[in-house]
Amino acid sequence: MEIKVEAVTFHYPSGVLALNEVNVTVGAGETVAVVGENGAGKTTLARHLNGLLRPQSGEVWIGDWNTRQKSVASLSRRVAYVFQNPDDQLFARTVWDEVAFGPRNLGGTPQQVETDVRAALERCGLLDAVGRHPYDLPAAERKFVAIAAALAMRTPVVILDEPTTGLDAGGVERLGALVEGLKQEGRTALTITHDLDFCAAHFERVVVMSEGRILGDGPARQVLREAALLQQAHVRPPQLIALAMALGFPTSPMTVPEFLADYRRYTSQRSSPQ
Amino acid sequence: MIEVHGFSFTYAGTATPALRDVDLKVPKGQLCAIVGPNGAGKSTLCYALAGFVPHFFRGELKGQVRVGDRNVPDTPLPELSGEIGLVFQNPFNQITGARFTVLEEVAFGLENLGVPRAEILDRANEALRLTGLGSLGDRSPYALSGGQQQRLAIASMLAMRPRLLVLDEPTSQLDPAGTEALFTHLRDLTSSGSMTVVLTEHKLEWVATFAHRAVVLAAGQIVADGEPREVLASPAMEALGIRPTYYTQAARAAVASGLAPDGRGRPLPVTLEQAAEFLRWR
Repeated sequence: MEIKVEAVTFHYPSGVLALNEVNVTVGAGETVAVVGENGAGKTTLARHLNGLLRPQSGEVWIGDWNTRQKSVASLSRRVAYVFQNPDDQLFARTVWDEVAFGPRNLGGTPQQVETDVRAALERCGLLDAVGRHPYDLPAAERKFVAIAAALAMRTPVVILDEPTTGLDAGGVERLGALVEGLKQEGRTALTITHDLDFCAAHFERVVVMSEGRILGDGPARQVLREAALLQQAHVRPPQLIALAMALGFPTSPMTVPEFLADYRRYTSQRSSPQ
Repeated sequence: MIEVHGFSFTYAGTATPALRDVDLKVPKGQLCAIVGPNGAGKSTLCYALAGFVPHFFRGELKGQVRVGDRNVPDTPLPELSGEIGLVFQNPFNQITGARFTVLEEVAFGLENLGVPRAEILDRANEALRLTGLGSLGDRSPYALSGGQQQRLAIASMLAMRPRLLVLDEPTSQLDPAGTEALFTHLRDLTSSGSMTVVLTEHKLEWVATFAHRAVVLAAGQIVADGEPREVLASPAMEALGIRPTYYTQAARAAVASGLAPDGRGRPLPVTLEQAAEFLRWR
């Protein structure tokens, strides 16, 4: 489902200008990472997509719905939002009830709810935890409960706000597999992240924000190499691209095998290393 | 500065110890990074160093935790608060909610220590500047973004100038520029001997660039301890659930396919600088 943000401006009541005439269109099934410094407006932008915030000027479209004309509850049929801090999101007494809350409210049959909840828990590796209280789980697992709750809604759009925060290598890998799953299903996925390695591994397009504006927007391979642009937004190229640049390669390797192929190609003419 | 000896801790209501027989000595002026997978006991170690274990989080404890000349489990938290600072993983657990502005929030701890007013302002403003919040002193803590709140939690503790600063995943929500600025500052504070720092961190590149030492925790036990590059480039890390940096992975792949010579006894690179040096053809 397509997302259209048209000339959106937003001030918080404190007077902070968080979004300044932001325009961005995300096509159906696209995976997009929004990166930029702390306070750039990334979360404010994301919260406009599920109606938690409404534009003070401009419009936000989710498919053919204008968010001004829809409640947060209605928008939750199209957009699932995973909060930066799972503790802002979790409230039920068991993992099962937490994940089932959304599907039940969408009015599915008990059988449908059961199927959706089970599928989401399985994808997040939480089937063993269904009876646990979310707050008895470690922070990283709570994050996956929040993600499962979003997936169980089976929305065409999923937003992940800093999903890698506090996750170890295994957790980031699980998360990457979930994003790949969303891609395969043709869902639109938008993430906010400072982890550009995660971004390079799983997202096709990168939007760079700074001070409420979009500084850059394009294919990940291209944007993640623009060191000066990234630096303006207080982020930096992912490790493999940084290494390729340091070695003078004109490429944007996104995986270790890609780096290795570049290394082979650009060093083969020379005599010997070191 | 820190002497942990034979320390084990099991949280009340749980069966498995979060830490098991931990021995750790950290000299004054060291920047010591604790790495390990989720659930390894990193936060528990942070709490134990700062006295939150066992004074706030109850449980069964064995062994000793000494910081300076105090035995932490025997010292009430208020007595520790001027000397040991703890930055929580989730800044929301730390922001007092009792102050209206960012500047007041940073000043709160100093007011409670009875620091003179002029000095409070100097120290609070300096801490805000160091954490990149210099222009946001008048804002409500609740009008900050997630990453800015994390900066505020760090600033509040920096302003206290504790002898030991413990930070639990302090950079999880910081942008890379903010992360680098924080690590640079912590390295300066420790290298000048004015502070000892223990922090937990998942991003190994920063640990290898800035920490004096890396300690690896897994399942409640210390399984590796030493010079960061040597520890973090070790092939043993992956089995422990710690992913090497892409710099290490790229170098390892280049060596394995015969494109680069092995390190001739040198550890594989962990940082960009090390990797570029390791892989550059001359």
